[in-house]
Amino acid sequence: MAEQFELTQEMKDKIGWKSQPWTYEVTTTSVRAFARGVGYTDPIYFDVDAAKKAGYRNLPAPPSYLGTTVFIPGQTDDTFSFPPGYSPEIDSGMTGLLDGGTEVEYFDTICAGDTLTAVNRLTDLSVKESKSLGKMLVVSTEATYKNQDDKVVAIQRSQIIFY
Amino acid sequence: MTITWESIKEGDTLPELKKKPGVTQLVKYAAGSGDFNPLHHDYNFFQSQAIGSIIVHGRFKYASLGELVSNWLGHNGFIKKISCQYRGMDFPDKELICKGTVDRKWEEGGEKLAELTVFA
Repeated sequence: MAEQFELTQEMKDKIGWKSQPWTYEVTTTSVRAFARGVGYTDPIYFDVDAAKKAGYRNLPAPPSYLGTTVFIPGQTDDTFSFPPGYSPEIDSGMTGLLDGGTEVEYFDTICAGDTLTAVNRLTDLSVKESKSLGKMLVVSTEATYKNQDDKVVAIQRSQIIFY
Repeated sequence: MTITWESIKEGDTLPELKKKPGVTQLVKYAAGSGDFNPLHHDYNFFQSQAIGSIIVHGRFKYASLGELVSNWLGHNGFIKKISCQYRGMDFPDKELICKGTVDRKWEEGGEKLAELTVFA
């Protein structure tokens, strides 16, 4: 448990940091694998014909599908499957990690066959204290996803907690 | 059953979604989401040992709330915004009940909108 933790100027200076754009394809296989992982039984996430009958151009990405990744050995983060340089590097010295929460705003339907390009931005750093975990660093990011037509289809805001 | 914006009312409750994610389900979610944090599948990982168990992915719970809403909507509507905060840890093989209510229904800029509270 971290007793002492203060934000340094070096950390604060990183607020506003932007990642390199990360481009990846949404595929039928990844939509099915995600839907299966969540436990969906709705055929629209598995069967292209069912999806088309429901008015989609292909399998739609289920809510919170964003962040699902394409892995490239030696480049992609081995644990979280993020591409290189996608997550802000904050050297907090704390190793405990928890997901604090996520909000996604959608502007259009995302379907298999789409190509998404995401740019992640560090929007805030704050220190909180929890009774059980001690001092915690809350890292807030905002990722903007554009599709192949350069249209913003989603914005994802996330909080990651280090303790 | 097909829902429409006209047919829903403020105060309506969504059909509950019950799950009991075991380790196998969490492994499927890890593969489907790309999140291989060992805290969600490896009991020998230092964080799992400190907690005394592996824990359910926060995003599995978040995605399950998405499933709750998706099942209710039946593809007759579009999720504009969904947000989730994690209030506590959940452990494998424990029942997870996803629930929701319609808080508000209104029209704005030609759009027919509804706001829900969902939780597990």
